[in-house]
Amino acid sequence: MSQVNEQTIGHVHRDDEATRIGMWLFLFTELLLFGGLFIAYAVYRYLHPHEFMMAGKELNSFLGALNTVILLTSSLTMALSIAAIQRNKKNLSIFLQVLTLILALGFLINKSFEWSIKFSHGIYPGSETLLAKGSGEILFYGLYYTMTGLHAIHVVIGMIIIGVMTLFTIKGTINSGNNVRLESAGLYWHLVDLIWIFLFPLFYLIL
Amino acid sequence: MSEQTKKHHSPSYSIYIFVWLFLLVLTGVTVAVAGINLGKMTLAIALLIASIKSYFVLTIFMHLKFEDRMFRIFVFVALFFLAISLILLFSDYSFQ
Repeated sequence: MSQVNEQTIGHVHRDDEATRIGMWLFLFTELLLFGGLFIAYAVYRYLHPHEFMMAGKELNSFLGALNTVILLTSSLTMALSIAAIQRNKKNLSIFLQVLTLILALGFLINKSFEWSIKFSHGIYPGSETLLAKGSGEILFYGLYYTMTGLHAIHVVIGMIIIGVMTLFTIKGTINSGNNVRLESAGLYWHLVDLIWIFLFPLFYLIL
Repeated sequence: MSEQTKKHHSPSYSIYIFVWLFLLVLTGVTVAVAGINLGKMTLAIALLIASIKSYFVLTIFMHLKFEDRMFRIFVFVALFFLAISLILLFSDYSFQ
């Protein structure tokens, strides 16, 4: 009913279908961004299979697996928060969004531990320890820092977007009848999860 | 008008929880398989598992299963072009 009122009184034009199409089109550009990096990974790994394997063994697969679980769980809470707002459960939706933010923060804290351990071992882009290694390992770590770093930036952006959506939900501008913005934020967040699903085995469980 | 007022139905909470549990199990399988030396097969298995996980994230979490068919076609085309660039690139490297 509120939808009808919106259109007759305020002449608010809204097209949820178009919003979702727009979001998916944006996600395709993200696919190209990361896709290019995955292709670079594939080529360098093909050229240096042994060195990639050696370098990959150095990464902490436990921290990687833990972050996979954290990110998958945050995807669940995000999906549930959308289901909750569509059922008009405002407080539950807000709680689930905040939970998503906490999990995302946990992911970043975990990641910063992992990176700082690597840094303390002298392994960071351009370091002497790293440059003393073979070119395959330098490439591996270069891709590792670029790809997980770019992914971490996406996590930060995702957190900002979800945080704004939480504020909208509290204010009530995102509600059971109008929640396509929260859905779009969810799509972005699941994309971040999708990319990690591939980053994890390719870097941490080098095979 | 009908497009705008068409309610976007959300699936039940339980389907999300089932998918999440399944994704966790698959993550466990990936880690377990990595411990076993299967030679070149391990990479293929890891990528296969990652693809299965992606399928469920795309269809359930990202609602592709419940969307208009046009969305699925869009995603298929995007992935198809990514696959083409990978295949063309490797056909080039393999014959050098």
